[in-house]
Amino acid sequence: MRVPFTRSRLQPAGARPHSPAAAGRAVPSARSGGTRLGSGARRDARRRGGALMLGVAMLAALGLTACGSSDDGDSATPSDSASFAPGTTMARLHDAGKITIGTKFDQNYFGLKNLSGKPEGFDVEIAKIITDGLGIPRDHVNFVETVSANREPFIQQGRVDMVVATYTINDKRKKAVDFAGPYFIAGQSIMVAKNNTTITGKDSLAGKKVCSVSGSTPAENIRKVAPAAQLVLFDGYSKCADALKNGQVDAVTTDSVILLGIIDKDPEAFKLVGGTFTREPYGIGIHKGDTAFRTFINDTLEAAYKDGRWAKAFSSTVGKVVPNTPTPPPVDRYTS
Amino acid sequence: MPSGRNPGQGSTAIDAVLDNLDIFAEGFRRTVALSVLAAVAALLVGTALAAMRVSPVPPLRWFGTAYVQTVRNTPLTVMFFFVVFVLPQVGVVFSYFVFAVVALSIYHAALVCEAVRSGINGVDVGQAEAARALGLTFSQNLRLIVLPQAFRNVLQPLGSVLSALIRNTSIAAAFGVQELTGVVQRLTTANPDSVIAVLLGGMVGYLILTLALAGALALAERRAVTIR
Repeated sequence: MRVPFTRSRLQPAGARPHSPAAAGRAVPSARSGGTRLGSGARRDARRRGGALMLGVAMLAALGLTACGSSDDGDSATPSDSASFAPGTTMARLHDAGKITIGTKFDQNYFGLKNLSGKPEGFDVEIAKIITDGLGIPRDHVNFVETVSANREPFIQQGRVDMVVATYTINDKRKKAVDFAGPYFIAGQSIMVAKNNTTITGKDSLAGKKVCSVSGSTPAENIRKVAPAAQLVLFDGYSKCADALKNGQVDAVTTDSVILLGIIDKDPEAFKLVGGTFTREPYGIGIHKGDTAFRTFINDTLEAAYKDGRWAKAFSSTVGKVVPNTPTPPPVDRYTS
Repeated sequence: MPSGRNPGQGSTAIDAVLDNLDIFAEGFRRTVALSVLAAVAALLVGTALAAMRVSPVPPLRWFGTAYVQTVRNTPLTVMFFFVVFVLPQVGVVFSYFVFAVVALSIYHAALVCEAVRSGINGVDVGQAEAARALGLTFSQNLRLIVLPQAFRNVLQPLGSVLSALIRNTSIAAAFGVQELTGVVQRLTTANPDSVIAVLLGGMVGYLILTLALAGALALAERRAVTIR
């Protein structure tokens, strides 16, 4: 909880000058924050109105010059031709030419910060497919870290424009945010030491020490699936792997891709048992009620399914440990 | 354009806390147990370390100084990591709860030691000299004459150390102990529409403990004054 707040206080201030309220806004308490949020939103709206006018003026100027010479547009953006109905989130982001996206910084193969400070992985690639569709240059895409517990607040407070962060779609979360996608179906599995023969799947975990991450969905799932197991919770799966190696726990459970990533680094020590026993559709979280934006993301995903960009994103990231590229899941255009 | 709506605020948000009061209580109990056990151990070890640092035996003084300088300059998370992941590799295996108590005690003992030592330094030299003149041994001198006065001098800094200890127990959530912070993490994931209510619930838990400590300290301070 501590890290993201400081981080966000540092980052969006410079990155999103059109909404200074987001930077100065402290963690709002349930009651007193209400009024502050309200005035901030008003201020935002006024500034956005100004920005919109400015954007219109600039577009008009561009249009005039474009009449003179057809090829002096610098073609920096992947789809300059993108045009969106005024007032939509797409138009706002396209005109601003930048976007803030929440992703995991510690999730191997989905969102992992590399040595140069940029996140890499399947989620990041999916996010880039969307931002390309919005016509935003890649170097104007600002990734901020979201952890499991702060994804909804970040979306609700407008600190991020969307969240692509191994974000499982479920009904409770749908009350707070809306989901585009899913763009991937994950499944929870169990990892044990290579020489372990007593644990064969979720049904042989009674009395065993099972490790997962505190506050994670897999931890909640295993409470229901194997109530007799003894749950040990750390703040990261690498610690679970260490504990499994030391013999302090008997099994580690989370999404199979994450476990495959751990096994990939240490194939002599660990193995998967029992296949997957949950179905986790990963979606893209956006502000609740923004149906136009959701439809746009879903359309963009479907286009990427068709033209192979999705498969390319998969094979260059998760594909490193999952050799067979699966069929992409159909997007769920649910009505709430 | 999305406006600043906050779905889930209101009566449902409080339900996330009320429906899970048993889970909160379980986490709270663990936080209390961690705090009390680690505080007792840290006070005992810290006082022993302070005695070493003022003792006439050089190796004991060296040990006390080395302990304080090493431990006090190590981040608590690193201390936890060392205890939880390095000790098992040399064959020392306890439950994660015991590991957490050990890590917290080791760390805060150094802080207690320095607080107590400053208290000892604040006791008039004449007191110790008079005790020695009466024929008291070093340990009698310390136990009967110097330490009681030293503790009275440092009730406030000791209180700060113990208050920090209570809040530092939250690090155990990252090392296998489902205490209050771990419960908050769990419930925020399970109730994404009422994160703030759950966070406030956790905060109330810590406030109960730290305010109780503050009350106990205020009582102790009043008694210390009347003795003087």
